[in-house]
Amino acid sequence: MKKLTFSIYRYNPEVDTKPRMQDYTLELEDNQDLMVLEALIKIKEEQDPSLAFRRSCREGVCGSDGLNMNGKNGLACITNLSSLKSNKIVIRPLPGLPVMRDLIVDMTQFYKQYEKVKPYLINDEKTPPARERLQSPEERAKLDGLYECILCACCSTSCPSFWWNPDKFVGPAGLLHAYRFLADSRDTATEQRLDDLDDAFSVFRCHGIMNCVNVCPKGLNPTKAIGHIKSMLLSRAV
Amino acid sequence: MVKIASTFGRSGTHDYILLRASALILASYAVFLIAWLVCNPGVSYADWVGFFGHIGVKIYTLLALTGLLIHAWIGIWQVLTDYVKNSLLRGAIQYVVVIALFVYWFTGLFVLWGV
Ligand code: SF4
Ligand code: SF4
Ligand code: FES
Repeated sequence: MKKLTFSIYRYNPEVDTKPRMQDYTLELEDNQDLMVLEALIKIKEEQDPSLAFRRSCREGVCGSDGLNMNGKNGLACITNLSSLKSNKIVIRPLPGLPVMRDLIVDMTQFYKQYEKVKPYLINDEKTPPARERLQSPEERAKLDGLYECILCACCSTSCPSFWWNPDKFVGPAGLLHAYRFLADSRDTATEQRLDDLDDAFSVFRCHGIMNCVNVCPKGLNPTKAIGHIKSMLLSRAV
Repeated sequence: MVKIASTFGRSGTHDYILLRASALILASYAVFLIAWLVCNPGVSYADWVGFFGHIGVKIYTLLALTGLLIHAWIGIWQVLTDYVKNSLLRGAIQYVVVIALFVYWFTGLFVLWGV
Protein backbone atom coordinates (compact mmCIF):
# COMPACT_ATOMS: atom_id res chain seq x y z
CA MET A 1 0.00 0.00 0.00
CA LYS A 2 1.08 3.56 -0.61
CA LYS A 3 -0.30 6.70 0.90
CA LEU A 4 -0.96 9.83 -1.13
CA THR A 5 -1.69 13.19 0.42
CA PHE A 6 -3.92 15.60 -1.44
CA SER A 7 -3.87 19.23 -0.52
CA ILE A 8 -6.93 20.76 -2.15
CA TYR A 9 -7.99 24.38 -2.46
CA ARG A 10 -11.30 24.97 -0.69
CA TYR A 11 -13.44 28.04 -0.84
CA ASN A 12 -17.16 28.46 -0.47
CA PRO A 13 -17.96 32.17 -0.65
CA GLU A 14 -21.26 31.59 1.14
CA VAL A 15 -19.59 30.47 4.38
CA ASP A 16 -15.82 31.07 4.12
CA THR A 17 -14.23 34.44 4.57
CA LYS A 18 -11.11 33.32 2.74
CA PRO A 19 -9.79 30.30 0.83
CA ARG A 20 -7.90 27.52 2.62
CA MET A 21 -6.05 24.30 1.70
CA GLN A 22 -7.55 21.08 3.02
CA ASP A 23 -5.66 17.78 3.25
CA TYR A 24 -7.01 14.34 2.35
CA THR A 25 -5.24 10.97 2.21
CA LEU A 26 -5.87 8.16 -0.22
CA GLU A 27 -4.44 4.67 0.06
CA LEU A 28 -3.59 2.89 -3.16
CA GLU A 29 -2.12 -0.50 -3.99
CA ASP A 30 1.58 -0.28 -4.78
CA ASN A 31 1.12 -0.84 -8.50
CA GLN A 32 -2.16 1.07 -8.71
CA ASP A 33 -2.43 4.31 -10.65
CA LEU A 34 -5.40 6.61 -11.02
CA MET A 35 -6.19 9.71 -12.95
CA VAL A 36 -6.40 12.84 -10.80
CA LEU A 37 -10.11 13.07 -11.62
CA GLU A 38 -10.71 9.53 -10.34
CA ALA A 39 -8.90 10.42 -7.13
CA LEU A 40 -11.06 13.54 -6.73
CA ILE A 41 -14.24 11.52 -7.28
CA LYS A 42 -13.04 8.96 -4.72
CA ILE A 43 -12.39 11.71 -2.17
CA LYS A 44 -15.80 13.26 -2.85
CA GLU A 45 -17.62 9.93 -2.57
CA GLU A 46 -15.76 8.46 0.38
CA GLN A 47 -14.58 11.40 2.44
CA ASP A 48 -16.11 14.76 1.67
CA PRO A 49 -19.23 15.22 -0.44
CA SER A 50 -18.91 19.00 -0.17
CA LEU A 51 -15.85 19.09 -2.44
CA ALA A 52 -16.83 20.82 -5.69
CA PHE A 53 -15.24 20.43 -9.15
CA ARG A 54 -16.38 20.23 -12.77
CA ARG A 55 -16.10 17.20 -14.97
CA SER A 56 -18.05 15.59 -17.74
CA CYS A 57 -16.54 13.32 -20.38
CA ARG A 58 -13.69 12.00 -18.19
CA GLU A 59 -11.64 11.31 -21.32
CA GLY A 60 -10.02 14.60 -22.32
CA VAL A 61 -12.65 15.69 -24.81
CA CYS A 62 -15.02 18.15 -23.14
CA GLY A 63 -12.53 20.45 -21.47
CA SER A 64 -14.44 20.88 -18.20
CA ASP A 65 -11.86 19.73 -15.69
CA GLY A 66 -8.91 22.03 -16.28
CA LEU A 67 -7.08 22.29 -12.94
CA ASN A 68 -3.74 23.29 -11.55
CA MET A 69 -2.02 20.12 -10.32
CA ASN A 70 1.32 20.43 -8.54
CA GLY A 71 1.77 23.82 -10.14
CA LYS A 72 0.92 22.87 -13.71
CA ASN A 73 -2.38 23.30 -15.53
CA GLY A 74 -3.92 20.26 -17.16
CA LEU A 75 -7.03 18.12 -17.46
CA ALA A 76 -7.58 16.06 -14.31
CA CYS A 77 -9.17 13.20 -16.27
CA ILE A 78 -6.09 12.49 -18.38
CA THR A 79 -3.38 13.26 -15.83
CA ASN A 80 -2.00 10.16 -14.12
CA LEU A 81 -1.22 10.49 -10.42
CA SER A 82 2.09 8.77 -11.21
CA SER A 83 2.98 11.46 -13.75
CA LEU A 84 2.98 14.02 -10.93
CA LYS A 85 5.93 12.11 -9.44
CA SER A 86 5.14 12.93 -5.82
CA ASN A 87 3.21 11.50 -2.91
CA LYS A 88 1.97 14.96 -2.08
CA ILE A 89 -0.40 16.41 -4.64
CA VAL A 90 -1.49 20.01 -4.51
CA ILE A 91 -4.64 20.81 -6.45
CA ARG A 92 -5.80 24.34 -7.11
CA PRO A 93 -8.32 25.93 -9.48
CA LEU A 94 -7.02 27.37 -12.76
CA PRO A 95 -5.07 30.53 -11.84
CA GLY A 96 -6.21 34.01 -12.73
CA LEU A 97 -9.96 33.47 -12.96
CA PRO A 98 -12.44 34.25 -10.15
CA VAL A 99 -13.22 31.19 -8.00
CA MET A 100 -16.92 30.37 -7.68
CA ARG A 101 -16.40 27.47 -5.32
CA ASP A 102 -13.46 25.13 -4.53
CA LEU A 103 -12.02 24.07 -7.89
CA ILE A 104 -14.71 25.73 -10.00
CA VAL A 105 -13.77 28.97 -11.69
CA ASP A 106 -15.87 31.56 -13.46
CA MET A 107 -14.95 31.29 -17.15
CA THR A 108 -16.89 34.36 -18.31
CA GLN A 109 -13.80 36.44 -19.07
CA PHE A 110 -12.26 33.56 -21.02
CA TYR A 111 -15.39 33.08 -23.14
CA LYS A 112 -15.70 36.81 -23.73
CA GLN A 113 -12.27 36.82 -25.33
CA TYR A 114 -13.24 33.79 -27.39
CA GLU A 115 -16.38 35.55 -28.55
CA LYS A 116 -14.38 38.62 -29.55
CA VAL A 117 -12.51 36.80 -32.30
CA LYS A 118 -15.78 35.84 -34.03
CA PRO A 119 -15.13 32.10 -33.94
CA TYR A 120 -17.30 31.22 -36.91
CA LEU A 121 -16.97 31.26 -40.67
CA ILE A 122 -17.76 34.58 -42.33
CA ASN A 123 -18.33 34.45 -46.06
CA ASP A 124 -19.90 37.33 -47.96
CA GLU A 125 -20.12 35.79 -51.42
CA LYS A 126 -23.46 36.74 -52.88
CA THR A 127 -24.38 33.32 -54.21
CA PRO A 128 -23.80 30.50 -51.80
CA PRO A 129 -22.64 27.29 -53.48
CA ALA A 130 -25.33 24.71 -54.22
CA ARG A 131 -23.79 22.07 -51.96
CA GLU A 132 -20.73 22.93 -49.89
CA ARG A 133 -17.66 25.21 -49.93
CA LEU A 134 -14.83 23.09 -51.21
CA GLN A 135 -11.23 23.18 -50.01
CA SER A 136 -8.17 21.53 -51.47
CA PRO A 137 -6.41 19.02 -49.18
CA GLU A 138 -3.62 21.62 -48.76
CA GLU A 139 -6.06 24.33 -47.71
CA ARG A 140 -7.69 21.94 -45.28
CA ALA A 141 -4.31 20.92 -43.85
CA LYS A 142 -3.76 24.51 -42.69
CA LEU A 143 -6.48 24.02 -40.08
CA ASP A 144 -4.75 21.08 -38.44
CA GLY A 145 -3.43 21.93 -35.01
CA LEU A 146 -6.02 24.69 -34.72
CA TYR A 147 -9.50 23.17 -34.86
CA GLU A 148 -8.76 20.56 -32.16
CA CYS A 149 -8.91 23.06 -29.29
CA ILE A 150 -11.49 22.10 -26.64
CA LEU A 151 -11.51 25.47 -24.82
CA CYS A 152 -10.33 24.03 -21.54
CA ALA A 153 -8.57 27.32 -20.66
CA CYS A 154 -5.43 25.57 -19.41
CA CYS A 155 -3.35 27.75 -21.74
CA SER A 156 -4.86 31.18 -21.14
CA THR A 157 -4.83 30.72 -17.37
CA SER A 158 -1.12 29.85 -17.45
CA CYS A 159 -0.28 32.98 -19.42
CA PRO A 160 1.01 35.97 -17.39
CA SER A 161 -0.18 38.38 -20.08
CA PHE A 162 -3.69 37.00 -19.65
CA TRP A 163 -3.47 37.23 -15.85
CA TRP A 164 -2.59 40.93 -16.00
CA ASN A 165 -5.02 41.96 -18.74
CA PRO A 166 -7.77 39.34 -19.07
CA ASP A 167 -10.16 42.00 -20.38
CA LYS A 168 -7.84 43.28 -23.13
CA PHE A 169 -5.47 40.50 -24.18
CA VAL A 170 -7.35 37.82 -26.14
CA GLY A 171 -5.14 35.07 -24.74
CA PRO A 172 -3.70 31.96 -26.39
CA ALA A 173 -6.98 30.01 -26.73
CA GLY A 174 -8.87 32.88 -28.36
CA LEU A 175 -5.94 33.68 -30.64
CA LEU A 176 -5.63 30.07 -31.73
CA HIS A 177 -9.25 30.30 -32.85
CA ALA A 178 -8.66 33.69 -34.44
CA TYR A 179 -5.93 32.16 -36.57
CA ARG A 180 -8.08 29.11 -37.31
CA PHE A 181 -10.44 31.44 -39.22
CA LEU A 182 -7.72 33.68 -40.64
CA ALA A 183 -6.18 30.56 -42.16
CA ASP A 184 -9.46 29.22 -43.53
CA SER A 185 -9.63 29.54 -47.32
CA ARG A 186 -13.44 29.78 -47.14
CA ASP A 187 -13.46 32.79 -44.84
CA THR A 188 -13.65 36.20 -46.53
CA ALA A 189 -13.34 38.46 -43.47
CA THR A 190 -9.55 38.29 -43.16
CA GLU A 191 -9.00 42.06 -43.36
CA GLN A 192 -11.77 42.82 -40.90
CA ARG A 193 -10.45 40.18 -38.50
CA LEU A 194 -6.94 41.64 -38.68
CA ASP A 195 -8.28 45.17 -38.15
CA ASP A 196 -9.98 44.01 -34.97
CA LEU A 197 -6.76 42.50 -33.63
CA ASP A 198 -4.42 45.35 -34.50
CA ASP A 199 -4.21 47.16 -31.18
CA ALA A 200 -1.56 47.16 -28.47
CA PHE A 201 -3.24 44.44 -26.40
CA SER A 202 -5.29 41.86 -28.29
CA VAL A 203 -2.37 40.06 -29.95
CA PHE A 204 0.74 42.02 -29.14
CA ARG A 205 0.60 41.41 -25.39
CA CYS A 206 1.89 37.94 -26.20
CA HIS A 207 5.61 38.01 -25.50
CA GLY A 208 6.23 34.42 -26.58
CA ILE A 209 6.78 32.98 -23.10
CA MET A 210 5.23 29.71 -24.33
CA ASN A 211 3.58 28.68 -21.06
CA CYS A 212 0.53 27.96 -23.21
CA VAL A 213 2.37 25.43 -25.37
CA ASN A 214 3.80 23.82 -22.25
CA VAL A 215 0.38 23.01 -20.79
CA CYS A 216 -2.01 22.38 -23.68
CA PRO A 217 -3.47 18.90 -23.08
CA LYS A 218 -4.23 18.52 -26.77
CA GLY A 219 -0.62 19.23 -27.71
CA LEU A 220 -1.51 22.38 -29.64
CA ASN A 221 0.79 25.32 -30.18
CA PRO A 222 -0.93 28.69 -29.64
CA THR A 223 2.40 30.55 -29.73
CA LYS A 224 2.94 29.41 -33.33
CA ALA A 225 -0.56 30.52 -34.31
CA ILE A 226 0.05 33.89 -32.64
CA GLY A 227 3.30 34.16 -34.58
CA HIS A 228 1.36 33.65 -37.82
CA ILE A 229 -1.13 36.38 -36.83
CA LYS A 230 1.73 38.78 -36.05
CA SER A 231 3.32 38.07 -39.44
CA MET A 232 0.00 38.68 -41.19
CA LEU A 233 -0.36 42.00 -39.37
CA LEU A 234 3.24 42.97 -40.11
CA SER A 235 3.22 42.06 -43.79
CA ARG A 236 0.08 44.14 -44.16
CA ALA A 237 1.73 47.13 -42.49
CA VAL A 238 4.98 47.27 -44.47
CA MET B 1 -10.38 46.18 -30.83
CA VAL B 2 -8.98 47.66 -27.64
CA LYS B 3 -8.72 51.43 -27.82
CA ILE B 4 -5.98 53.04 -25.77
CA ALA B 5 -4.36 56.43 -26.19
CA SER B 6 -1.22 56.66 -24.12
CA THR B 7 1.13 54.42 -26.06
CA PHE B 8 3.41 55.70 -28.80
CA GLY B 9 2.41 54.06 -32.08
CA ARG B 10 -0.82 54.23 -34.03
CA SER B 11 -1.59 50.52 -33.71
CA GLY B 12 -0.31 47.35 -32.11
CA THR B 13 1.65 46.56 -35.25
CA HIS B 14 3.11 50.07 -35.36
CA ASP B 15 4.24 49.78 -31.72
CA TYR B 16 5.74 46.39 -32.43
CA ILE B 17 7.76 47.61 -35.41
CA LEU B 18 8.97 50.72 -33.57
CA LEU B 19 9.99 48.63 -30.56
CA ARG B 20 11.99 46.17 -32.68
CA ALA B 21 13.56 48.84 -34.90
CA SER B 22 14.65 50.99 -31.96
CA ALA B 23 16.05 47.90 -30.24
CA LEU B 24 18.23 47.24 -33.29
CA ILE B 25 19.54 50.80 -33.29
CA LEU B 26 20.29 50.67 -29.56
CA ALA B 27 22.03 47.32 -29.78
CA SER B 28 24.18 48.36 -32.74
CA TYR B 29 25.06 51.64 -31.02
CA ALA B 30 26.10 49.79 -27.86
CA VAL B 31 28.32 47.47 -29.91
CA PHE B 32 29.80 50.46 -31.73
CA LEU B 33 30.57 52.31 -28.51
CA ILE B 34 32.09 49.27 -26.81
CA ALA B 35 34.16 48.48 -29.90
CA TRP B 36 35.51 52.02 -29.93
CA LEU B 37 36.38 51.82 -26.22
CA VAL B 38 38.15 48.51 -26.73
CA CYS B 39 40.12 49.87 -29.67
CA ASN B 40 41.12 53.01 -27.73
CA PRO B 41 42.24 51.95 -24.27
CA GLY B 42 42.83 54.75 -21.77
CA VAL B 43 40.77 57.39 -23.55
CA SER B 44 41.58 60.99 -22.75
CA TYR B 45 39.32 64.05 -22.84
CA ALA B 46 40.75 64.95 -26.24
CA ASP B 47 39.89 61.51 -27.59
CA TRP B 48 36.28 61.90 -26.43
CA VAL B 49 35.97 65.32 -28.01
CA GLY B 50 37.48 64.07 -31.24
CA PHE B 51 35.14 61.09 -31.26
CA PHE B 52 31.94 63.00 -30.64
CA GLY B 53 33.10 65.87 -32.86
CA HIS B 54 32.74 63.59 -35.86
CA ILE B 55 29.47 64.36 -37.68
CA GLY B 56 28.70 60.66 -38.23
CA VAL B 57 29.03 59.91 -34.52
CA LYS B 58 26.83 62.90 -33.71
CA ILE B 59 24.07 61.67 -35.98
CA TYR B 60 24.40 58.11 -34.74
CA THR B 61 24.26 59.24 -31.09
CA LEU B 62 21.18 61.35 -31.71
CA LEU B 63 19.60 58.42 -33.51
CA ALA B 64 20.36 56.16 -30.53
CA LEU B 65 18.86 58.70 -28.12
CA THR B 66 15.75 58.86 -30.29
CA GLY B 67 15.70 55.06 -30.27
CA LEU B 68 15.92 55.13 -26.48
CA LEU B 69 13.04 57.59 -26.29
CA ILE B 70 10.77 55.42 -28.43
CA HIS B 71 11.89 52.10 -26.99
CA ALA B 72 11.48 53.14 -23.37
CA TRP B 73 8.21 54.97 -24.04
CA ILE B 74 6.56 51.86 -25.47
CA GLY B 75 8.38 49.37 -23.24
CA ILE B 76 7.66 51.15 -19.96
CA TRP B 77 4.07 51.69 -21.04
CA GLN B 78 3.73 47.93 -21.59
CA VAL B 79 5.18 47.09 -18.19
CA LEU B 80 3.04 49.72 -16.46
CA THR B 81 -0.19 48.52 -18.09
CA ASP B 82 0.64 45.02 -16.84
CA TYR B 83 1.43 45.89 -13.25
CA VAL B 84 -0.03 49.27 -12.29
CA LYS B 85 -3.79 48.88 -12.24
CA ASN B 86 -4.65 52.32 -10.88
CA SER B 87 -4.88 54.44 -14.04
CA LEU B 88 -4.21 57.71 -12.26
CA LEU B 89 -0.98 56.40 -10.74
CA ARG B 90 -0.03 54.77 -14.04
CA GLY B 91 -0.60 58.01 -15.92
CA ALA B 92 1.56 59.89 -13.41
CA ILE B 93 4.44 57.39 -13.68
CA GLN B 94 4.22 57.36 -17.47
CA TYR B 95 4.30 61.17 -17.46
CA VAL B 96 7.45 61.30 -15.31
CA VAL B 97 9.15 58.65 -17.45
CA VAL B 98 8.36 60.46 -20.70
CA ILE B 99 9.61 63.77 -19.27
CA ALA B 100 12.85 62.07 -18.18
CA LEU B 101 13.27 60.60 -21.67
CA PHE B 102 12.86 64.02 -23.27
CA VAL B 103 15.36 65.46 -20.80
CA TYR B 104 17.88 62.80 -21.89
CA TRP B 105 17.23 63.55 -25.52
CA PHE B 106 17.66 67.33 -25.22
CA THR B 107 20.66 66.99 -22.92
CA GLY B 108 22.23 64.75 -25.53
CA LEU B 109 21.44 67.24 -28.26
CA PHE B 110 23.01 70.19 -26.39
CA VAL B 111 26.10 68.19 -25.44
CA LEU B 112 26.62 67.14 -29.05
CA TRP B 113 26.01 70.67 -30.18
CA GLY B 114 28.83 71.84 -27.92
CA VAL B 115 31.57 69.61 -29.31
S1 SF4 C 1 3.39 32.51 -25.69
FE1 SF4 C 1 2.05 34.29 -25.59
S2 SF4 C 1 0.03 33.48 -25.29
FE2 SF4 C 1 1.46 31.80 -24.82
S3 SF4 C 1 1.75 31.94 -22.60
FE3 SF4 C 1 3.30 33.19 -23.56
S4 SF4 C 1 2.53 35.29 -23.65
FE4 SF4 C 1 0.82 33.88 -23.26
S1 SF4 D 1 -5.30 25.59 -26.91
FE1 SF4 D 1 -5.08 23.72 -25.69
S2 SF4 D 1 -4.92 24.45 -23.58
FE2 SF4 D 1 -5.74 26.12 -24.77
S3 SF4 D 1 -7.95 25.97 -24.54
FE3 SF4 D 1 -7.37 24.89 -26.43
S4 SF4 D 1 -7.10 22.77 -25.82
FE4 SF4 D 1 -7.09 23.98 -23.94
S1 FES E 1 -13.77 15.57 -17.95
FE1 FES E 1 -13.91 16.14 -20.06
S2 FES E 1 -11.90 16.81 -20.45
FE2 FES E 1 -11.69 16.01 -18.46
